[in-house]
Amino acid sequence: MRIFDPHIHMTSRITDDYERMRAAGVRAVVEPAFWQGQPRTNVGSFLDYFDTLLGWEPYRAAQYGIQHRCALALNPKEAGDLRCAGVLAELPRYLLKDSVVAVGEVGYDSMTAREEEIFEAQLTMAAEADLPVLVHTPHRDKTAGTRRTLDVVAASGLPAGRVLVDHLNELTVGMVADSGCWMGFSIYPDTKMDPDRMVAILQEYGTARMLVNSAADWGRSDPLKTRQVADAMLAAGFTADDVARVLWHNPVAFYGQSGKLALDDHEAEAPAEYAGNTIKRG
Amino acid sequence: MNEWTTQAVRQTRADPESAHRLFPQAERKGGPRARPALLALLDAGTIEALYRNGDAGERLSILRALPDLDLGPAALPIVEDALRTNDTRLIAAALGPYGSRWLDDHAFRQGVLKCVFMSIPLAEVDGLDRRHDAELTRMLADHAAERRAAGRTVPEDVLERLR
Repeated sequence: MRIFDPHIHMTSRITDDYERMRAAGVRAVVEPAFWQGQPRTNVGSFLDYFDTLLGWEPYRAAQYGIQHRCALALNPKEAGDLRCAGVLAELPRYLLKDSVVAVGEVGYDSMTAREEEIFEAQLTMAAEADLPVLVHTPHRDKTAGTRRTLDVVAASGLPAGRVLVDHLNELTVGMVADSGCWMGFSIYPDTKMDPDRMVAILQEYGTARMLVNSAADWGRSDPLKTRQVADAMLAAGFTADDVARVLWHNPVAFYGQSGKLALDDHEAEAPAEYAGNTIKRG
Repeated sequence: MNEWTTQAVRQTRADPESAHRLFPQAERKGGPRARPALLALLDAGTIEALYRNGDAGERLSILRALPDLDLGPAALPIVEDALRTNDTRLIAAALGPYGSRWLDDHAFRQGVLKCVFMSIPLAEVDGLDRRHDAELTRMLADHAAERRAAGRTVPEDVLERLR
């Protein structure tokens, strides 16, 4: 089984995770830029983070036979901090990079006017850079936040097919399905969505435009949740083709709109030293 | 040279600042010869700025192009930066013909030892025979002793240097 996790924060994970992900079938990931728990206080802090997503993290992933791409943006949690506003001026040059396959995560956290302004500015940037967009939906007041998110996306003029609206649940999936945007589901141990509920949603809404991710980060989360959804799908009677569609072909089609995805499509071999100590310390 | 590269070369010649926009996309749009073609038109300051703003692929392209650019020691800060990373591709490229020509003895020896630690074959270090000295031999011998004390094997390319 070949899995593409379209949303995972690998900078927060250890090499054991990469090893287990590879064994579970994960061959490609997209890491969107988000906050790191500790708020950043200056633009340089973001640039070093972006450089990590373009340099060290893909290098680390490759040691385990996993292809790593990223999405870059000023995230909703930090969009309200004026000290970080200068990140917007730096983003256009980063969006040119080969491994940046989307703008993201953008969207709302507390649904402030400031967040909305930065969300809209980055939708414009995505149009200019010809990149798809990964949109985070807020944890608090999610249904209203998702509705307002879809209004902002519609007003931006971006084609719905170039937008992925993430962290959906039973209450928000319907409106996103109707909008024509892609639908993302983050499968978590406690919160958000679990594998069985995910299967029920796929049974009701089908597999088109559906993406499943672990969104694993520095909090309680599990990078193998994508595989658990695949297994739950098979147990519920979905075919191997259905699983491949949700867990590989859909993310490839969505991020492929960047024109830069260029995944090694045949089974990438892990490097020879995969089983040993692969991240060398010089 | 493909159409994209021809256009990019023309634009960069007219306005070197346009390299900041063109260089990151050059390999994807122009193929493997596009980045070296643009670098050949730029001064050391612009090349260093491209390196600082570059992702791992751009940095690698710059390091590999250095021997063909007539920069003298001006690009040494780039090589020193690459040697501080933990990416075997960047480190090996930093110890190509340019690094071998311009790095001082201390930095060169540290680079060679770093290759040993990161399993980069010493055959990838340019000019190692020419630059090998007694101090490097001592450092490699100490490393071999440390490996043996820990019950580990000593890489063959290190043993060869100690014979």
